[in-house]
Amino acid sequence: MTLLNIVDLNISLPTTSGIVTASNGISLEIGQGETHCLIGESGCGKTIVALAIMRLLPVNAKISGKIFLNGVNLFSLSNKEMRQIRREQIAMIFEQPQSCLNPVFSVGSQIAEAVKIRDKCSAKASKEKALELMRNVQIPDSHKRYHHYPHEYSGGMAQRAMIAMAMALRPALLIADEPTTSLDVTIQAQIMELIKDLVVQFNTSLFLITHDLEAAFSMCGHVSIMYAGFIMEKGTVENIIKSPKHPYTKALLSTISSEYSSPVRGMPPELTKLPAGCVFHPRCSNAMPVCSKIDPQMEKGVRCHLTMKI
Amino acid sequence: MIKFILYRLFISLFVIVGASIISFALISIVPGNSAESILSAELANDPKLEEVRFFMEKHGLHNTFLIQLSQWLKMLLKCNLGTSLRTGESVLIEFCSRFPATLELAVSSTLLAVIAALPLGILSAVKHNSLIDHISRIVSLWGVSMPNFWLALLLIWIFGVVLGLLPTYGYGEIKHLVLPAVTLGTGMSAILMRLQRASILEVLNKNYIRTARAKGLNEWSVIGKHAFKNTLIPVATTIGTQLAHLLSGVVIVEQIFAWPGIGHFLVDSINTKDFPVIQGFVLIIAFFYVCINLAVDIFYALFDPRIRYGGRN
Repeated sequence: MTLLNIVDLNISLPTTSGIVTASNGISLEIGQGETHCLIGESGCGKTIVALAIMRLLPVNAKISGKIFLNGVNLFSLSNKEMRQIRREQIAMIFEQPQSCLNPVFSVGSQIAEAVKIRDKCSAKASKEKALELMRNVQIPDSHKRYHHYPHEYSGGMAQRAMIAMAMALRPALLIADEPTTSLDVTIQAQIMELIKDLVVQFNTSLFLITHDLEAAFSMCGHVSIMYAGFIMEKGTVENIIKSPKHPYTKALLSTISSEYSSPVRGMPPELTKLPAGCVFHPRCSNAMPVCSKIDPQMEKGVRCHLTMKI
Repeated sequence: MIKFILYRLFISLFVIVGASIISFALISIVPGNSAESILSAELANDPKLEEVRFFMEKHGLHNTFLIQLSQWLKMLLKCNLGTSLRTGESVLIEFCSRFPATLELAVSSTLLAVIAALPLGILSAVKHNSLIDHISRIVSLWGVSMPNFWLALLLIWIFGVVLGLLPTYGYGEIKHLVLPAVTLGTGMSAILMRLQRASILEVLNKNYIRTARAKGLNEWSVIGKHAFKNTLIPVATTIGTQLAHLLSGVVIVEQIFAWPGIGHFLVDSINTKDFPVIQGFVLIIAFFYVCINLAVDIFYALFDPRIRYGGRN
């Protein structure tokens, strides 16, 4: 059953350096209990898509398209109804976890706050539940750690606390936006492992956003490859690894295995001035004349003129 | 923490005594003679040379600056602030008889400012660039720009003369307090409101506010709890300095409303070079400044766990 269904999502944000088009006709589906990974380079608009699901984008963002959660279009909800969705259906964890915890409240109380708004229980019960969640995410000495403040937490511990806070909501969908990017390499694996376990334990769907291919492939069943606000290719992990169709996907895969030779040349385009035609054509080693003129359409999970011809 | 407070109080001794010595030095640089100015005020005409000499010897004014200073410091060690040259009363008694009025006015105008400014500041931050925000911006600009004496006269005219609701001068009852407190509170609340608004707007961009929203908290919890507590430090600092400023006396407003505070008396003492009063008052006012600053610093540590004084962590 489909849990989350994003249909033709377009987002543009006016900034001082021009209009940023962060999402161009993005469509993707996440089924109940599925793990879906959105892969892309930094600054390609991944986080914007996640924030759009949470409806946490700045008010000046121009959004079109639909996002359905259990068949309900999130954009049609009132703010109050959306807060209830955030309390009960979707939770999100972010990169740089230490900056995501309020510095003037103890970490434990911030987790307990999430328990309290989800379960509408007493302060005492929410503290008990928070301590249990802290043990669940393997924060040692939880009784002592409960009273500590974010500045006393390391990055890894802070991310565990963020995960505990997210899990307090028992969400149907967990959005993890680069959860390990700012952490030590050894901690990264632990956090990924923890997320993987909890997702199974709580029967939660996972929408993982990352640029770490190996983590994505080990965690997820489905992947979408995103480039400059477009999804270039999507499918199951097996298919993508076994037979990538899009030159960009091939280029990405070449960074983790030697099977596909050509690494990606050049830099991704700025989202304020996207090239005409296929956004990837200036960097594509297989580019044809048509690529710089006509924007290819998504067909059978690939957005490329090479596969459209066949 | 206790160690920190004791250390700060110890340091403040030097600040307080230093402030008095500087004021003493400034008074002795100013041309003119205290004996002459006090006697001529008393006699209502120019005093004779013998009278002046007698007065100077009686109060030790014929000594050099350093001898006078050391005599004053010796007295201070015995907790004696001396007697006023003008009234003959002890300086401490002069201060204590006037300070309650000053304290009452300072605290009530500060409270008034805080009560008005913080909610309005938060409201205009939440609804920034809305009609409420624009109106509050204009009102606060007006509040900051309006000189105290002009606002005082306007209030007297409107509430005292035209409407006849409140007494225009005097001291003793709550109704006497209203107009002076509103006069002083207006400027302060305008500053506080802008500060509160700017602080909230700055905090609202932080990641932890996004987390609070992502949890599904309503806007009141996000702003009233998560954002507000993070804005307390700049706001408390400003409240502290403003309160300390008001405690040192407000001459013009006291004068207009015939308010029996320390400001008026202090200015009279400066005009007649009644230096035991000046030094004593400066000493006590410096003490209040130091105490309020210390209180603000302790407040920081209470409200921001990242700030800890003295020793580890």
